[in-house]
Amino acid sequence: MQNTLVEQNSPPVDLKPRMSLAWVGKAFLIALSLLIVYLLGTNLAKNPSLFANIILSGLQMGFVYAMIALGYTMVYGIVKLINFAHGDVFMVGAFVSYYLVYRFNFQNWPALFFPDMPPMVVVVIGTISVIIIAMIVCVLLATTIERVAYKPLRNAPRIAALITAIGVSFFLEFFGALNFVFSPRFIPYTRPFEVVAWYIDGSGIHSIVAGTQPPANAITFSNIFLIIMIVSILVQIFLQFLVKQTKMGIAMRAVSYDKPTARLMGINVDQVISFTFAIGAAFAGLGGVLYAIAYSSINTQMGILPGLKAFVAAVLGGIGSIPGAFVGALIMGQAEALTMGFISTPMRDAVAFAILIIVLLVRPTGIFGEPENEKA
Amino acid sequence: MELGFLIGSVVKIGAILAYLYGLLWVLGHKKLWVKIVGVVAAFAIVQLAFTITIGDSTILNEFDSGLVFQAASMTMIALGLNLIYGFNGQFSLGQWGFYGIGAYTAADITFRWINGDSRGLLVVGIGSILGAVMILGIQKWLSRLRGVPVLSAFTFYLFGSVLVGAVAVVIGNALNPAISPLLGSAYEPGPLSQGIWLQIVYFLAIIFAGVFAGEVSFLFGLPVLSLGSDYFGIATLGFTIIVNTLMLNSDTILPFPEMKGGRGMIGIPKLTTWFWAFFFMLMVIIIMRNVIHSSTGRTILAVREDETAAKAMGIDLASTKLLTFVIGSFFAGIGGGVYAHYIGFLSPGTFDFLAGFNPLIIVVFGGLGSMTGTIAASFGWIFFLEGLLRVLLGQMGPDAPTWRFVLYPIVLLLLMLIRPQGLLGTVEWGFLKAPFVRPRENQHTASDVVEG
Repeated sequence: MQNTLVEQNSPPVDLKPRMSLAWVGKAFLIALSLLIVYLLGTNLAKNPSLFANIILSGLQMGFVYAMIALGYTMVYGIVKLINFAHGDVFMVGAFVSYYLVYRFNFQNWPALFFPDMPPMVVVVIGTISVIIIAMIVCVLLATTIERVAYKPLRNAPRIAALITAIGVSFFLEFFGALNFVFSPRFIPYTRPFEVVAWYIDGSGIHSIVAGTQPPANAITFSNIFLIIMIVSILVQIFLQFLVKQTKMGIAMRAVSYDKPTARLMGINVDQVISFTFAIGAAFAGLGGVLYAIAYSSINTQMGILPGLKAFVAAVLGGIGSIPGAFVGALIMGQAEALTMGFISTPMRDAVAFAILIIVLLVRPTGIFGEPENEKA
Repeated sequence: MELGFLIGSVVKIGAILAYLYGLLWVLGHKKLWVKIVGVVAAFAIVQLAFTITIGDSTILNEFDSGLVFQAASMTMIALGLNLIYGFNGQFSLGQWGFYGIGAYTAADITFRWINGDSRGLLVVGIGSILGAVMILGIQKWLSRLRGVPVLSAFTFYLFGSVLVGAVAVVIGNALNPAISPLLGSAYEPGPLSQGIWLQIVYFLAIIFAGVFAGEVSFLFGLPVLSLGSDYFGIATLGFTIIVNTLMLNSDTILPFPEMKGGRGMIGIPKLTTWFWAFFFMLMVIIIMRNVIHSSTGRTILAVREDETAAKAMGIDLASTKLLTFVIGSFFAGIGGGVYAHYIGFLSPGTFDFLAGFNPLIIVVFGGLGSMTGTIAASFGWIFFLEGLLRVLLGQMGPDAPTWRFVLYPIVLLLLMLIRPQGLLGTVEWGFLKAPFVRPRENQHTASDVVEG
């Protein structure tokens, strides 16, 4: 009796969705993207050359972010640690090059030994050696940090390592801000070479003579932009090669896949992790020097936001993936430049993070991210 | 002098820990009258220490009482974060953003009120209540339709909140002319903007600020909580940065000229007395303890321990996480309101994301999943960093403020290396211990029940 009553009162359980509301979310996303396309389109139609210039400045930023993002994505891929100190390693790279160039005039060293060398070659060799020394200092710093702060915590809860990373980051920033270290001021950066800029208009490429303005609707770019672009792309190719082709790269992928098994296969896991930190730091140092050359103002806090945005770029592209970090960094650069150009300068950080949140909602593992445990 | 000061500070920190222990012990006493007498005594001890003068200053001087208020609001924020991260396992860096939302909301309500504008209270109050109704209504409606994607649900809530906001603004603007004559102006306070009425408005402002922060966290958490742990952390970090950017532009992008953007909001009435700080802190502690030791709390813990197993036991993961996140943000909002009315001045620099690591550090210091640890660590941390180090390093010349942040990470590193599970682990004191549940007749696993 009671059973029949229950059956009459409660409808049969229907496990299929009665009304699919998936279109609401999709419509919302489509409306949002249409709005963005509309905003960009009207601005493109209004002033195409301004738009192109903003795109170029965004590319420049994106290429710098790409170099920092590599370190984040590789370290996270292997030890699952958000290495907050990475942005400060980037800052140290910029400061090392500043002292080399401004205090010691180090970029002219080939001229001292080879007086007959043409000045162009001197500048090229000098700048490269400045960058290499900055990278070496960054590598030493990062391996020290890894040895002192992260290695003892490898088997501790992950949050302990994260708090340690935050602590190291604070330490580097505020130790650097002491007056006898780097001082807390904004320091104008001396470039090791002269800036040469060009502009493109209807009649071809012209170089800009110092002290004159390019015509109103011309697209301008400088040798710094070219250097950053080429270096950043070369770094990507080098890392792809390293991760895919070399023995160390295979070891890195193995460790990121499964640490205990990698250890059983005879891989020295600690050495691989140190190597990952080192290579990430090397490119952070390189990025720091190029960032300082491009934006010509350095400060001990300069690493925080670029570092954070590079990490966001790595997440955006799918963390653990090297091409993903590159693409994510370019997107972040564009988002920042376009926001600065067409919406408002202070909103750039907010827009960058809003994009991250939206992308994560659509693809929770990032653009290039594989579902689980994939690397490169 | 320095040695004396050092010893004095250590004694002070020890006294505060003893005080907290006593407070929690007395709250956990069985008899109701002991509880009431104990709480009143705990309130009175600090109140007397603020007022009784020995020599040329009170027992807790101006500086120390400031630290007590800061620690009280930090306790609320850190308890909320401990609920989200320590008890539910969701790595959140957004607590500081909700703290900022609460601080600015509460400050705006009372600031407008004493300047003869009741719209702040009306709009936020009506908006929070309608928003809660809207959220519950849509939740009920959506729960009938199975298989609604998160993004679609989010769209409904978003449009619902925009609608609610518009309605609240319209009603607020309509009712304001009826109330504002009773408020007077900042120089000639009307009948409603002084005395008991102002205290009521202050109380409502803080509660509404908490509710508003909770609703924002619901909207934000709904889509974002479905991400994995670290992704959620980064998204919440982004939330803190977005909130901070909006604060910096509150007079240009947002329509709040009285917040003055990056220059900071001044002229907030300093209404937070020790009574209110103690009241709200006690409220947060009691709510938190009762949530954790209820069936909801066991659900929250189950989600932290093993999501798959929890799901298999029939626990709704998404709504449990969301509930935890909302309660935690509510606490942060209340802490923000208390802080804003103590300090009287809000600047976006206070809500920078770098400072947002502080609650996380406190929670990890005190021990993840230990309420006692969080409370003790909040007081200890504030008195150590803001009190002891600031004064001790104050004589070190122009680099003094920087040295504080050079020593602090070193202490952090040492503590993480020596004791990665936090100072107190999962130990609880007195009131915060799991209540003893008398085992039923044929039940052999009483220890499980006691451990909660």
